[in-house]
Amino acid sequence: MRLSPDALVFWRHGFLVLNSTIVTTWALMLVMTVAAKLVTRKLATEGPISRWQGVLEIVVTTIQRQIKEVGLQHPEKYLGFVGTLFLFIAVSNLCAILPGYEPPTGSLSTTSALAISVFVAVQLFGIEEQGFGGYLKSYLKPTVIMLPFNIISELSRTFALAIRLFGNIMSGTMIVAILLTITPLIFPIFMNLLGLLTGMVQAYIFSILATVYIAAATRTREG
Amino acid sequence: MDSMTLIGIVSIISAGITVALGSIAPALGEGRAVSTALTSLAQQPDAASTITRTLFVGLAMIESIAIYCLVISMILIFANPFWNHVIAQSAGK
Repeated sequence: MRLSPDALVFWRHGFLVLNSTIVTTWALMLVMTVAAKLVTRKLATEGPISRWQGVLEIVVTTIQRQIKEVGLQHPEKYLGFVGTLFLFIAVSNLCAILPGYEPPTGSLSTTSALAISVFVAVQLFGIEEQGFGGYLKSYLKPTVIMLPFNIISELSRTFALAIRLFGNIMSGTMIVAILLTITPLIFPIFMNLLGLLTGMVQAYIFSILATVYIAAATRTREG
Repeated sequence: MDSMTLIGIVSIISAGITVALGSIAPALGEGRAVSTALTSLAQQPDAASTITRTLFVGLAMIESIAIYCLVISMILIFANPFWNHVIAQSAGK
């Protein structure tokens, strides 16, 4: 029983490894990019709008509204990053309904990469908003003694993001695999359903937490 | 009792106890969080979307504690480095 899709290796040359995680991630990226390109070929602003354009508009405006509700005043600046996080994690978890598919978010490599990119993005957005010196000074608030604790909290938030997503998705796929060996008739379907639901919730949680961290870093502190 | 048996016994028992003990506190915390959210929803229904979103974020943070315990017990059962080490040792002998 595989603990993660990293174990399924298709091709190896020295230290370069082509495993199931990489192949699935690139396949998902290809599918999502091609689908988006096909839908946005002829965008219409008035008159009859195609259904797919309507769906995409709903998705984009909902994400924008969520970003604004968290407290970021100009959601367009962060829409690309946060929207990509949400869509990638949501699509990769929803495709678990396809037979023989292992979600790449069930591998600690993918979730660590996403968490590290959130960490880097928080620093970059904070520096863009408050300037380099101003952002570094924010680590000394409220007092200088809090500096190590602020740094530790940054690192542990990143770690928690990665482990939360990995644990939820990995345990979902593992429960289905275990149930398939014990009672293969009906129960794996229920656990697969639960896995789909937790996949969507975890995608939402990941992107909302990323937005909250960005909002905390870009908030101009008065006094 | 040689070291291989001892490692196997301790890994299995700790994997079980980790999840059993580690899910008590998150479950209690989540129960309290949902009950307080329901109370505030009943008192202020028009803040429903904010309350629901904050509830889900809080639940995810509480749930991560249980997920940490689950990950540790999965590692103990399926990817145990100590077990792999003694297996490799006994296979080499």
